[in-house]
Amino acid sequence: MRIQVNFSTLRQTRWHDYAVRFIFGGLITALAGIIARKFGPGIGGLFLAFPAIFPASATLIEKHEREKKESHGLKGEARGRSAASIDAAGSSMGSIGLFFFALVVSQFLARDRAWIVLGGATALWLGVSVAVWQIRKAL
Amino acid sequence: MSQSLARFIIGGAIVSAFAIIGDVLKPKSFAGLFGAAPSVALATLAMTIVSDGLSYAGMEGRSMMAGAIAFFIYASLASRIMMRYKFRAILVTLCLIPVWLGVAGGVYYLVWVR
Repeated sequence: MRIQVNFSTLRQTRWHDYAVRFIFGGLITALAGIIARKFGPGIGGLFLAFPAIFPASATLIEKHEREKKESHGLKGEARGRSAASIDAAGSSMGSIGLFFFALVVSQFLARDRAWIVLGGATALWLGVSVAVWQIRKAL
Repeated sequence: MSQSLARFIIGGAIVSAFAIIGDVLKPKSFAGLFGAAPSVALATLAMTIVSDGLSYAGMEGRSMMAGAIAFFIYASLASRIMMRYKFRAILVTLCLIPVWLGVAGGVYYLVWVR
């Protein structure tokens, strides 16, 4: 299956769904700072890979797929769960890229230019994640 | 307080941006990659570099590796449970948060504390 961009899905998302993800993302970022200040960068750093909006996103995907199926008069529970499960499988592949992001940050941030390290680490996250996704698809 | 507010706003904005990218992409498994985007990390590290310096932010990156391992186990388990059993996504993803905490803390302790 080819990678596609479909902007119509944005119309399915209500404003409070965006608000929930903004609030969760903001809270976890603020919390990571507070934890690092209280317990040090070791414990604080763990929360940089916290699944901050994962529950909200999985619930949203499940709801969209269920509603889509039900609009055709069919039961959509299984379809919703399946879509959320496939999305979670994608996130597990993305987390491999996240590990390499953290590896680059830990090795180079202290001695190189910050914006180059963060930009390079983000590019590596995307590259590794897409490569893992393509390998998984080919198997 | 003002720093926490700045973290909240910057974090919320970056997390939302990555979430919107994930929303418009197909297929679902590819879009899911963006569920593990380094959004919280980018916001936090940028703020930490400004307030505490590069070395401190680098130390956060080190233990973030343990968090990423925990994320992999968390998301893999969530995927399998939702595919195999008839539990709602919200229930599965929230009930597995202690697994993330346990694995992240455990890996950090075994690798860097012991």
